[in-house]
Amino acid sequence: MVRQITTPLDDATIASLKAGDQVLLSGIVYTARDAAHKRLAALISEGKELPFDLNGQVIAYIGPTPAKPGDPIGSAGPTTSMRMDPYAVTLMERGLKGMIGKGARSQQVRDGMVQHRAVYFAAIGGAGALAAKKVTSAELVAYEDLGPEAIRKLHVDGLPLFVVNDIYGSDLYEDGVARYRKD
Amino acid sequence: MGCGSVQQSVPRIVQAGDIADALARLCISACCNLPAENLERIEALASAEESPIGRQVLATILENHRLAAREQRPACQDTGLAVVFIELGQDVHIAGGDLATAINEGVRRGYRDGWLRKSVVADPLFDRVNTGDNTPAIVHTTIVPGDGLKITLAPKGGGAENMSALAMMIPAAGVEGVRKFVVDQVRRAGPNACPPLVVGVGIGGDFETAPLLAKKALLRKIGSPNPDPRYAAFEAELLEAVNKLGLGPQGLGGTTTALAVHIEHAPCHIASLPVAVNLNCHISAHESITL
Repeated sequence: MVRQITTPLDDATIASLKAGDQVLLSGIVYTARDAAHKRLAALISEGKELPFDLNGQVIAYIGPTPAKPGDPIGSAGPTTSMRMDPYAVTLMERGLKGMIGKGARSQQVRDGMVQHRAVYFAAIGGAGALAAKKVTSAELVAYEDLGPEAIRKLHVDGLPLFVVNDIYGSDLYEDGVARYRKD
Repeated sequence: MGCGSVQQSVPRIVQAGDIADALARLCISACCNLPAENLERIEALASAEESPIGRQVLATILENHRLAAREQRPACQDTGLAVVFIELGQDVHIAGGDLATAINEGVRRGYRDGWLRKSVVADPLFDRVNTGDNTPAIVHTTIVPGDGLKITLAPKGGGAENMSALAMMIPAAGVEGVRKFVVDQVRRAGPNACPPLVVGVGIGGDFETAPLLAKKALLRKIGSPNPDPRYAAFEAELLEAVNKLGLGPQGLGGTTTALAVHIEHAPCHIASLPVAVNLNCHISAHESITL
């Protein structure tokens, strides 16, 4: 069964999500990847204000292609999440409730999700043209100089995702591979 | 023809501008149109995939790739580093500019006009400022007989490239050592390289040529076996081993971890057995043109 969920993610929704669930996510998500995370972490360590309020929000590890004229965004699939692992716990401590990317997270990030009640979703890597069709608008929030790595506020409508890590410590990658492993 | 006689040949002139035009077209086409055999292979494997999630992922990937081709949009947002292979006939003279400038001009135009992502930073370690036009390209040039000029563009995404590796093995490691290294690299890559993968393996040569062989292996038509039957059999064996890992589409569990394993090999030192694994995602973009 595919569930519809909406951002910002409230506690009840988060508690109901289990690794392996398929969801269609709607609402606002913020794009940020390596360079933007580095800047956000620097602001936090200097005690400065962030360019957007993290509370209850979802960050998508997406660096889109440029939007063709008339489109809100170009192709917009996920990048490898582990590169953001060094920053993820710090952001969860400040209210981040969801992350969208691809690939496994470090144990530290997984523990952080249990502790701070946040979830990690996988989008389908290499299906960026299709994902772009679920983005209804995109607006620059910060760091335009980073080009594809700028922070953008996206409105998404029914973005298809898999819950990989829930707040109970389960991991879809581990479970899925264990089920089909034959060596 | 006796020793000392000189044969005069007239070089064929190729204009630098034509090289730039060709590159610009290749950038856009390679990022939007998957090789037909990739689609056919994914279709064939989708019906055999044991995992329901895996089948769904493969169906989504197929839908994405058809949409990308139909609307001429990049199939993936990571439109890569522009990796360019040039086979330059020794009887060709390039006029109206130099080869490197022509290639980079083509890449610059292709990535701009095709609305492709610019994913290159000028300095790898310190300021990491985006060059803004996806140049410089990575260029590998080979001088070949004749008066042709073949250009192959293989845009390379970061996710799969980051999960690639080189091992300088000892000859005693043999087939078993190579098998273990290749399978371990795919396991280690897990979901990061966006399975189902194309696995390029380079065996032999030396420290710098084994990775290049692995990258060239990715240019082969999917599923076309190595002409040497021993290597062809090894490719089939590795493909089976990789697909038993259970990673499946996107690493979410399943039986379709790789679409193909391709090996390229070369002579090497008596002391060496270099082995490189270069991974590509299911898109495995590449396209050629001969001027």
